[in-house]
Amino acid sequence: MTRINLTVDGDKVADDVEPRMLLVQYLREKLGKTGTVIGCDTSNCGACTVHLDGTSVKSCNVLAVQADGAEVTTIEGLAQDGELHQVQESFRECHGLQCGFCTPGMIMQSIDLLKNNPKPSEQEIRVGLEGNLCRCTGYHNIVKSVQHAAAQGGAQ
Amino acid sequence: MTAVQDAPTAEIGKDRRRKEDQRLITGRTRWTDNITLPGMVHLAMVRSPFAHAKITNINTSAALESPNVVRVITGADVADEQGSLPNAWPITPDQVAPAHPPIAVDRVVFAGEIVAVIVARSAAEARDAAELVDIDYEPLPAALDLKAAAEATPENGGALAHPELGTNKSAFWKFDSAEAGTGGNVDEAIAKARTDGVVLEREYRQQRLIPAFMEPRSTVVDPTGEQITMWSATQIPHILKFLLAAVTGVSEAKIRVIAPDVGGGFGGKLQTTPEEFITFLVARKLGKPVKYTETRSESLMAGHHGRDQWQKLTLSAEKDGTVTGLKVELLADLGSHVALIGGGVPVLGAFMFNAIYKFPAYQFNCQTVLTNKTWTDAYRGAGRPEATFGIERIMSDLAAELGVDPFELREKNWIKHEEFPFTTVAGLEYDSGNYEAATANAKAMFGYDELRAEQMARRESGDKVQLGIGISTFTEMCGLAPSRVLGSLDYGAGGWEHASVRMLPTGKVEVLTGATAHGQGHATAFSQIVADRLGVAFEDIEVLHGDTAIAHKGMDTYGSRSLVVGGEAVVKAADKVIEKAKVIAAHLLEASEDDVEFAGGRFTVKGTDQGLAMAEIALATFAAHNLPDGVEPSLDSDATFDPVNFNYPHGTHLCAMEVDTETGQVTMRKYAACDDIGNIINPLIVEGQLHGGLVQGIAQALWEEAVYDDAGTLVTGSFVDYLLPTSADTISFDLDHTTSPATTNTLGTKGVGEAGTIASTPAVVNAVLDAVRQFGVQDIRMPCTPERVWKAINDARGGAQAETVAAAAPHFDASTGMEGTTDRTSGGSA
Repeated sequence: MTRINLTVDGDKVADDVEPRMLLVQYLREKLGKTGTVIGCDTSNCGACTVHLDGTSVKSCNVLAVQADGAEVTTIEGLAQDGELHQVQESFRECHGLQCGFCTPGMIMQSIDLLKNNPKPSEQEIRVGLEGNLCRCTGYHNIVKSVQHAAAQGGAQ
Repeated sequence: MTAVQDAPTAEIGKDRRRKEDQRLITGRTRWTDNITLPGMVHLAMVRSPFAHAKITNINTSAALESPNVVRVITGADVADEQGSLPNAWPITPDQVAPAHPPIAVDRVVFAGEIVAVIVARSAAEARDAAELVDIDYEPLPAALDLKAAAEATPENGGALAHPELGTNKSAFWKFDSAEAGTGGNVDEAIAKARTDGVVLEREYRQQRLIPAFMEPRSTVVDPTGEQITMWSATQIPHILKFLLAAVTGVSEAKIRVIAPDVGGGFGGKLQTTPEEFITFLVARKLGKPVKYTETRSESLMAGHHGRDQWQKLTLSAEKDGTVTGLKVELLADLGSHVALIGGGVPVLGAFMFNAIYKFPAYQFNCQTVLTNKTWTDAYRGAGRPEATFGIERIMSDLAAELGVDPFELREKNWIKHEEFPFTTVAGLEYDSGNYEAATANAKAMFGYDELRAEQMARRESGDKVQLGIGISTFTEMCGLAPSRVLGSLDYGAGGWEHASVRMLPTGKVEVLTGATAHGQGHATAFSQIVADRLGVAFEDIEVLHGDTAIAHKGMDTYGSRSLVVGGEAVVKAADKVIEKAKVIAAHLLEASEDDVEFAGGRFTVKGTDQGLAMAEIALATFAAHNLPDGVEPSLDSDATFDPVNFNYPHGTHLCAMEVDTETGQVTMRKYAACDDIGNIINPLIVEGQLHGGLVQGIAQALWEEAVYDDAGTLVTGSFVDYLLPTSADTISFDLDHTTSPATTNTLGTKGVGEAGTIASTPAVVNAVLDAVRQFGVQDIRMPCTPERVWKAINDARGGAQAETVAAAAPHFDASTGMEGTTDRTSGGSA
């Protein structure tokens, strides 16, 4: 077991974890942050995407011990004081989700995309979300959601 | 006494944002795998690496010694109590179906089958221990190739998936229009066309696909209450409850099934699974809550697959293109077992090969075949995409053969709008439609004439990138289904749906539906329906579903049925509420019932300004201080609706594909579709359903295929190899609608859940072919990978290049001593 200290969605947490424990398992099993989900075993689907020190990562590809000392933001930490993040709002506005399973990862990746490229073209959005799979929407409305968020200044 | 209320505006037709989304976009979700209960133990499955083998020994001692392992269970341990997984649709009385134990007992019949179950205190420890179970297998010949399996007999020594059955043939199902009295004799039509018309004979391959919902399946069972509660990532909690009881002998009244948030299904969760039965069994044995969540590779390997047919079509026509007959001969791969409705899926296509056309003679033959591969069952469209692909491919082939415009040929044969209702050669009555209008609309959206002009220009200039235009004028039967029809097809259940409307004292409304959503937006759409019906605010309606203790009765969600069957049940329940409330309103208003009218959420007395809002009646009913004699103090109402017919969405889908003739690369340029799904409750949800459906159908055309190697191992067992499309692979779509309301439900709606998937596959493949037919290419098997397209062009051009050998799967490099080839080059006969 290894002791880790980190900040998750604004709260300081400390735990003893097995060295092999993945960050996504830590979030779900130790912290109950079940908003972040697991969709594959090969880091293809991106459903587990969170922000690690402000950058999107697939949390199945990070060991919990690697997050020691870091700041992690999950889908559950995005809304502030009950106010949705613009990207969350845009996904709802543009019907960018159906079953919602890919949505946490898709939103976290979209925020990162807009941070790096506040006014992306459709093609830049499509390439920027390539690592996140969705089986419901055909991506059409996800792309629209990101465009909508960009138009609303969603990079913030 | 009279409350002032703004006249509510119509909710139906509004692009309401979804009620479901607030939780889903904030991570406040309840996927089955999120559930943890005190004392809960976890399962891991030990699965067979062999497609067909005898189990000669299982040594569990090392696994039992592994930390925190509670129990290790083999098939032999529970052989007498585990039961056999159900098949709800034996398509013929003499259907051959092997027993289907959740845990294999002495023989495994596909790679991925469960052989032993580890129970441990954590999921990780269960998986660790699964590695330690030592199993001896004696490999047996595996039936893998569908055509070879169909021919295998004990006499010819062909591999049998289940040697004790003596055959791989499960059932033969036939429909003949002459025998049914719905049309002429197809063999005569074909014979005649051979002398004075044209006969097309084609064989198409429907490759095996994997539903690949995003949420891996998960089941939690809690046996600590009076009822045993199962949470499962399922589309069918009600059917699951019934079948758990039927198979295990546990009283149905002692079982509660909950489908909490479910992350997509697409037919893939229309199943009762070995994993569900095993979790149920272990929980009962241990008296403790048990959880099992599959990995993605387990999901791809052992969740059911879809499609997998060889389709032999014979189409006869007069020289002017008037089709005179269609004969269909299918081979359908069931995989290792006849799954819940596995045998019936191809039969759902039996009524759809004739599609939108007025064929005078039709015959459908289907042979289902057992093999040593993962079992197949419903995948989005289930039987209808296969049929639509076959007919829309061969209609375009016929147009090419005759040298006429593919639309001209279709129009010559399709049902004209003034001919509805129309009884087809397959015996169905299509209630409404307008193929002309949808086609005109789609062509305009698409810019059909301009793209045809560009196609000609590219052809004439010999551009290395050629353009192809693909057409799919599809229809489908959905809204499963009239119970009588299901009965006539030997299906094991009815096709009704149930709803309840509860009026709460505060004027809020709870709607219970037996249709179980997993992404479709029932809560939003059903709220819109009830808001209009009862005149209450959209926000004041709560839709409850997916828990057999709450919405106790239902037939669940599949076959594009929720709105057209379930929505109609909601309408009927709401109407009963109004009837009940009217009696009380008349009493309170001191008027005759005949003088009381209901509109906009208010009961009013004709010719007066007196009235009461529905909410006031609800409160008065709750108080029950002043009700008419003999009237029960409740407005709550139930309804169960059984449709009188399927319904028949249709549409015209147009796809433009660019084909690089030097590399075989195909790129989608434009996709436009005009769908007619009758009246639309929520256009936003409808568009979403179409977008997602389109991409699943396009993915069949271009990317997806479940590939087995020669040993029967699934080599596309992860998202690295099973190519789900990404945002970068796909484009945005142009969609529009025409509206021919259904005449068999009061809302005039038709199903939309499967339309996109059913329509799009042939549009894409027809487009690819349209680009390269000029070189003499007649067929390219799906998925139309660059390699296949390139090879088709070069073969047709008479290229003298060496035969491209089947590509070795990279992780089966010969130097590793493991051999395996994919069938991506040859087109997939496995």
